[in-house]
Amino acid sequence: MNLFTIFISGMLINNVILAKFLGMCPFMGVSTKLSSAIGMGIAVIFVILGASVFSWVLYYFVLVPAHLEYMKLICFILLIASFVQFVEMFIKKQSPSLYKSLGIFLPLITTNCAVLYVALDNITQKYTFIETVVNSIGVPAGFMLMLVIFATIREHLDGCDIPAAFKGNPIALIVAAIMAIAFQAFAGLV
Amino acid sequence: MSENNEKKGFFSEMIFNNPVFGLYLGICSTLAITTSLNNAIGMGVAVIVVLVLSNIAVSLIAPLTPDEIHIPVYIVIIATLVTLVGMLMQAYTPELFSALGAFIDLIVVNCIILGRAEAYACKNGVAASARDGLMMGLSYTFSLLAMSLIRQLLGTGILSFSNPMSGSEIFSIRLIPQGFEIPVFKTQTGAFLTFAVLAAAVAAIKLNSEAKEKAKALEAAKAKKKEAAKA
Repeated sequence: MNLFTIFISGMLINNVILAKFLGMCPFMGVSTKLSSAIGMGIAVIFVILGASVFSWVLYYFVLVPAHLEYMKLICFILLIASFVQFVEMFIKKQSPSLYKSLGIFLPLITTNCAVLYVALDNITQKYTFIETVVNSIGVPAGFMLMLVIFATIREHLDGCDIPAAFKGNPIALIVAAIMAIAFQAFAGLV
Repeated sequence: MSENNEKKGFFSEMIFNNPVFGLYLGICSTLAITTSLNNAIGMGVAVIVVLVLSNIAVSLIAPLTPDEIHIPVYIVIIATLVTLVGMLMQAYTPELFSALGAFIDLIVVNCIILGRAEAYACKNGVAASARDGLMMGLSYTFSLLAMSLIRQLLGTGILSFSNPMSGSEIFSIRLIPQGFEIPVFKTQTGAFLTFAVLAAAVAAIKLNSEAKEKAKALEAAKAKKKEAAKA
């Protein structure tokens, strides 16, 4: 698979939210406003890229030589949790203004299953280092794309007359269902 | 789970305290794997095992853990249990393991498990935590079953369940004649639609009971006023 295919497949064809159903919790929580959707999107791209690259290095340079491949789940989740914590502390110290806009999203990302999924997927697909980097940018880019599209739709939904039981999340899921149909068309790209 | 809800009985607890349709926890796996009853039951059992054991372990270890690092400690406990369950499933139920794929590993980040450890198990005793884990696990499985029943029935027209150990079929009934099934329910779109409708149904039941309670309170207040007026 060439790099471009990996990128397009990660971003559009196998979109984390519509095709893989990952990262739904932050997706439902944050996609109500455009500004927070963009902030969350950038934070997720950064964390997924960093966490996947570190997990790849950890797996091939520590776990494989030590024959501890079955420990990958425990190691990766710890690595992700500490990486997020580290990034949070670093941004807080270096750039308080960036922390103000991104800071609240960072703790949420630890529970984003997309982060763990991308780290594990890079290993199962046997990607090389360069492919890992490309995949780890493509997948969160697809996540951010969905967040932004969704936030714009939901801002308009607020003004609509929706049955009481469907208000909030259920109607958002109906919108997701319709968008999933549109995204199925991307399957023909590769 | 409050005392109040325990009195309401098992099924109303599953609706009113449902972690999936009520609180939107653990919805990633609910949407992804509910294409067949087999997957739903397999995933449900795996989550129940992890949830009960992690609740027990957390309730035992909570008094010893310093407050600053309690989340990493809980995550390591959960990840260890998930690795164990994954290995057992790979050995004894290989078909189910490959059908569920990455979602076995992703039980680690299922918000229900860490959520129960944080909200309940670290403050309560072993027995109570185990019971809480079982109840939460059962209502999660209940939601998976509801989703997969609808999706499998409408998507394929057949309801079937097979033995996960050997792969032999236990039962298989065609309820919708061939040509009348709606294949869209097997796809992602069907997952979102089914979930939205079920979540709305739970919300409607809640709204309804709230409205009833309000009406009751109003009537009680009116009756009191009348009595006061008589006196």
